[in-house]
Amino acid sequence: MKTTSTENNKAYWRANISLLTKLLTIWFIVSFGCSIILADWLDQFSLFGFKLGFWFAQQGAIYVFVALIFIYAWRMKIIDRQFGVSDDEDEA
Amino acid sequence: MSTQMLTYLFVGLSFALYIGIAIWSRAGSTKDFYIAGGGVHPVVNGMATAADWMSAASFISMAGIISFIGRDGSVYLLGWTGGYVLLAFLLAPYLRKFGRFTVPDFIGERYYSQAARIVAAVCLIFVSFTYVAGQMRGVGIVFSRFLEVDVNTGVIIGMAVVFMYAVLGGMKGITYTQVAQYCVLIFAYMVPAIFISIMITGNPIPQLGFGAEVTDGSGLSVLQKLDGVLLDLGFGAYTAGTKSTIDVFAITAALMFGTAGLPHVLVRFFTVPKVSDARLSAGYALVFIAILYTTAPAVASFARLNLVDTVHNTAYDEAPEWFGNWENTGLIAWQDKNDDGIMQYGAGAALSPAKPIFDVDGTLGSHGERLLTNKSTESANEVYIDRDIMVLANPEIAGLPGWVIALVAAGGVAAALSTAAGLLLVISSAISHDLLKQTLIPKITEKQELLYARLAAAVAVCIAGLFGIYPPAFVAQVVAFAFGLAAASLFPALLLGIFSKRANKEGAISGMLAGLVFTFAYIAYFKFVAPELNSAEYWLWGISPEGIGAIGMLLNFAIAMTISRLTAKPPATVQALVDNIRIPSGAKAAENH
Repeated sequence: MKTTSTENNKAYWRANISLLTKLLTIWFIVSFGCSIILADWLDQFSLFGFKLGFWFAQQGAIYVFVALIFIYAWRMKIIDRQFGVSDDEDEA
Repeated sequence: MSTQMLTYLFVGLSFALYIGIAIWSRAGSTKDFYIAGGGVHPVVNGMATAADWMSAASFISMAGIISFIGRDGSVYLLGWTGGYVLLAFLLAPYLRKFGRFTVPDFIGERYYSQAARIVAAVCLIFVSFTYVAGQMRGVGIVFSRFLEVDVNTGVIIGMAVVFMYAVLGGMKGITYTQVAQYCVLIFAYMVPAIFISIMITGNPIPQLGFGAEVTDGSGLSVLQKLDGVLLDLGFGAYTAGTKSTIDVFAITAALMFGTAGLPHVLVRFFTVPKVSDARLSAGYALVFIAILYTTAPAVASFARLNLVDTVHNTAYDEAPEWFGNWENTGLIAWQDKNDDGIMQYGAGAALSPAKPIFDVDGTLGSHGERLLTNKSTESANEVYIDRDIMVLANPEIAGLPGWVIALVAAGGVAAALSTAAGLLLVISSAISHDLLKQTLIPKITEKQELLYARLAAAVAVCIAGLFGIYPPAFVAQVVAFAFGLAAASLFPALLLGIFSKRANKEGAISGMLAGLVFTFAYIAYFKFVAPELNSAEYWLWGISPEGIGAIGMLLNFAIAMTISRLTAKPPATVQALVDNIRIPSGAKAAENH
C-alpha cells in the first residue's frame, strides 16, 4: 500500500504511542524504581551473590535497557507493516 | 621484547590502521563528509556509535570513579546507558526520517526559524568543545605514562592523527576508523578484566565474578569482603551510597536525557539507510556499550580490593615496581607520617592540598619514596591515589604480562581519539553547514561547502589541541555538565518537535533559552561564584549542580508548552512535516539543500 490515509496514519501513531508508553514504563521501573527509589528495600534480597538493589543499579538495568530497544525495534517493524507504512521497500 | 617496545609497536600499528582506513574511505561529497553517504549498515553504525560514545572518561576514569565512590557510581552506569533507550524510542528514527545533515538542521526547519537554528548550533558547539578538550588531555596522559614522551608531545601526535582522518575522510573516514577503534578498545578493556576476575574469584567472566566468592577461602563474596575491608579502614561500605535519593535520581535523569540530546551521538543515526535501521542501530550501539559498562563496575570492585591488599600495611621497600612507576607520573604518592617505613592506607585525604606536589629537586626520602612538599593532614592515611590509576595500572597491579599493558595503552588512545573525532565532526558541520551555508553565505557551491567543512575541522582540531596543551582549569568540572546543558536545552526542543504538533517557534526558543540559562546559572553559581556554599543544605531541593539539568529540562518543557499554547500555531507546512517524519516509509537518502 503506497498511499496512506490520514486516518490510517493517526491509528499508526496511536499504536506507536501505546507501545512506547508500555516500554517506557518498564524503563522507568527498572532504572529509577528498582535501581534508585526501591533499591534500599530490594537490598534485603540476594541474587547471584549481590544485594538485589545494587545488582539492578550496576548490572541488571543495563541488560533490561538492551532488551527494551530490541523489543521496540521488533514490535515496531510488525506495526509498520500492519499499517502499510513500513520502509521495507525503500531503497537502501 | 620489553613492555616499552611492545607499547610503541601496538600504538604505532593501531595508528597505521586508522590512517590506512582514512585514505581508503576519503569523502568525495558533503553527504560523505557529514553523514558518511547515508549507507552505513546498522551493526557497523552501532559499533561506531559505541566508540564515539566511549571516551577517555569511560575507558580510563569511569571504573576508577566507581572504585572510589562505590554504589553512588551507579548514576554513571544508569545514566550513560539508559539514555540510549530514550534515543531509540523518541528521537533517532524520526531524525533519520527527517533526513538532513545536522541536528540544528532539524531544529531550524521544524521551528521555521533561523534564530532557533543558530541557538541550537551555538549550544552544540559549546557542549562539544568542553567535551573534546578532555579527550585531547586523555591522549596526552596515556602517551606520557606509556610512551614516556611529554604530555604536550602526546597531544600533538594525537592531533596529527585525528587531523589525518577527520579532515580527509569526514564522517565516512570517522565511521570506519571508529569501528577499528571499538575493536581495539574493547579488547584492551576486556583482557585485563578477565585476568583480574580469574585472579580474585576464579571466574573468567567479570560480570559473574563480580558476585562470586573470593578465592582466599574466607567464603565471602567480593562485595562482602570489600564492604568489610573498607569499613575496617574507616571508609563507608562499598555497597552503601552517600548521596541522597533525590540527588541520585536527578543526576541519573540529567545524564540520561543529556545522552539523548548530545549532538555527536544523534548525528550518527543520520548515517543509516532506513528508519527501521535507526531503531536497530541504537540497540546494537547499546549492546557494544553494555559490554564495557557491565564490566566496569566489576573491574572497579576487583581493583579496589586488590589495591587495598597490595598497598595497606606494606613496607615501602617491598612495594611492587608499579608503585614507583606511577609515583613518577604523580598519580600516586606516599608520605610517611609516623616514620615507620610502612604504608598505611585509610579514609580521609592524606595530603594538604589533596594533590601531591613533589619536591622540585626530586629528593628521595629515607625509604626511597619521592618527597612531598604538601602538609600532612590529621588523617592517619598516608597514601594518595588518583582515581585514573585504576584502569591504567590494573594490569601492573594484577601482575599481568607486558603485552597486556601495551594493549591498554593502545585502547586508551583509541577511546580518546574516536570520541574526539566524532565531536570535531559535529563542530565542523555546525560551522560549515549551519552557520555558513544555511545562514551567512547561502550561495556557496557544494564543493566550496566541503572545503569549508574541511577547514572548520582543521581549525577545530587545532583549538582542541590547544585546550589539551593548556587545559583551562574548569574543563574537567565542566565536562560532566555538558550533559545537564544538553538535557536542559536540546532534548526538549527535539522531543516536542516530533511529539507535539502544537509546539511552535516562540515556545521552542524561549524553552531552550530558559533551560540553558537556568542550568548554566545554577552550575556557575555553585561551582565558580560561591563554591563554599556547594553543599546539600544550600541546594535547591537537595539537588546538586550535576543533577540540576533534570530540573532545567522540566522548566524548558513547561515554558515551551505554555508559550506554544498562547501563541500562533505552527504553519501548515510544518505540521505536514511532523506528520511526515512520524511515518517510516518513504525516507529518502539525505540530500543537500
